[in-house]
Amino acid sequence: MPGLLNGVIIRLTFRATMGRRRALLFAIPPVILVAIAALLTATARSGSWQPEFLGDFGFSVVLPLTSLIIGTSVLGAEIDDGSIVHLLATPVPRSQVVLSKFLVAALLTIVFGAIPEYLAALIAKGPASSLAIGLLAGALVASVIYNAVFVMLSVLTSRAIAAGLLYLLVWEGLLANLVPGVGLLSISQYSLSVANSIAHNQALHAHLGLGTAVVMGVIVTAAALAICTRRLSAFSIRGDTV
Amino acid sequence: MTSIELRAVTRWYGNVVAVNDITMSIGPGVTGLLGPNGAGKSTVLHMIAGFLSPSRGELTVAGEQAWRNPGLFRKVGLVPERDSVYSFLTGAEFVGATARLHQLPDPDRATQRAIETLEMTDAQDRRISTYSKGMRQRIKVAAALVHDPEVVLLDEPFNGMDPRQRLHMMDLLHAQGEQGRVILLSSHILEEVERLSGTIQVIVGGRLAASGDFRAIRRLMTSRPHVFLVRSSDDRLLGSALIGSPAVSGVELTPRGLQVRASDYGTFTRQIAALTRERGIRLRELLPADESLESVFAYLLAS
Repeated sequence: MPGLLNGVIIRLTFRATMGRRRALLFAIPPVILVAIAALLTATARSGSWQPEFLGDFGFSVVLPLTSLIIGTSVLGAEIDDGSIVHLLATPVPRSQVVLSKFLVAALLTIVFGAIPEYLAALIAKGPASSLAIGLLAGALVASVIYNAVFVMLSVLTSRAIAAGLLYLLVWEGLLANLVPGVGLLSISQYSLSVANSIAHNQALHAHLGLGTAVVMGVIVTAAALAICTRRLSAFSIRGDTV
Repeated sequence: MTSIELRAVTRWYGNVVAVNDITMSIGPGVTGLLGPNGAGKSTVLHMIAGFLSPSRGELTVAGEQAWRNPGLFRKVGLVPERDSVYSFLTGAEFVGATARLHQLPDPDRATQRAIETLEMTDAQDRRISTYSKGMRQRIKVAAALVHDPEVVLLDEPFNGMDPRQRLHMMDLLHAQGEQGRVILLSSHILEEVERLSGTIQVIVGGRLAASGDFRAIRRLMTSRPHVFLVRSSDDRLLGSALIGSPAVSGVELTPRGLQVRASDYGTFTRQIAALTRERGIRLRELLPADESLESVFAYLLAS
């Protein structure tokens, strides 16, 4: 998609993100997810743990945390250390910067979050199960929407990780389960609803219809990327200490 | 002719005014933006680069508004003060990536030209993380020059450079200025820009304190009254002798010694030795009392 993305920024972002020490963190949640799935498959007597575990742990912990770490670092780390100025002191449209960074974040989250979720489902239920395919579809959706929001947060605030954690713990973890309407603004619910539309499993605790989840997901992603671009276009360096 | 124009530009942060009603026009050649730390230099430079919006006033670079105008960077090269570069890249990769972001028709050739100009050819294949501070500055300048910009903005470019590197950078910037480019650099150290033959703009407390030819302002700075603290075996006798000298405009007896205000710096420093010798006074200490940069700039502001 020439015009929307920038190859130089994509390559730089891949190298910068994977070169940081923080990159080691990306691998920890998926390794735990696959290891526990393998352990439970080998030891559990009941056959009903898969949707509970993969839905709750995978969609409430692994995917959002992986997205949070990656999404806030692709652009946020460069804003924090000031190196973003070298990128912004060029005529590259700010929308290209945001979309290229977002693409890298989403792809890395798919590698470190969505694919391990699918692997864990494969181990637990086998390759042809609708649960495994549904979870993969939901995880792909989560990788995209979470990253749009977390990349936006990294441009809006220097405390993006704290803000993201607050959203995940309070909004998605607490309010979405207690207050019925909150699910309409919960990324976890969008992805679980997509997963449930294929897996048809009540244990996934999806509360939205597929149509609502897709429409809301598209709106949230587009709005987050638009806000991010607008904010980056007005990127300011505070000058002298006054 | 390319120029940077500021008309009554003011920038404030909340209740604090960082830059106050500055009007200046910067044309081709090298211009130094001088002032003590916190004076507003970086704020001015960032507004010119489009990384800050003026709170009031008009600012154009090469005839275009700078704020929210990334296309302006086709004509502008920026060397930021902060030392943060993509340190995992080699020097050549960094400059090459910048050339590609500018979508230059032959980025490899432009990269080599910029690296050769900055004499970084030998180090171009090393990672930037292994560079000294001076080398980092030079590779940043190479990246800023890679697209052959009409306007080059440099924020404290001599930071971390040794005297030889500084002279080389000065010569390089002069050569760029002589080719018709607008070169604007900021510095808080007067000595750094001693060889600067262009014009300077002095900013103190957010205001334009002096503006014009560097040598004229330099003369103004060296001929300003100097204050010295003198301790001797007989301060009162020395004070009465000094007040008779035309080179001295005031003497004050303080518990720490004599505070002498010299109107003619050169004559005073030559006379004091002779005066003390003639009167048999032993000179114990002679200290310049107001040599801080702030006092120099404050004098410029007052005059």
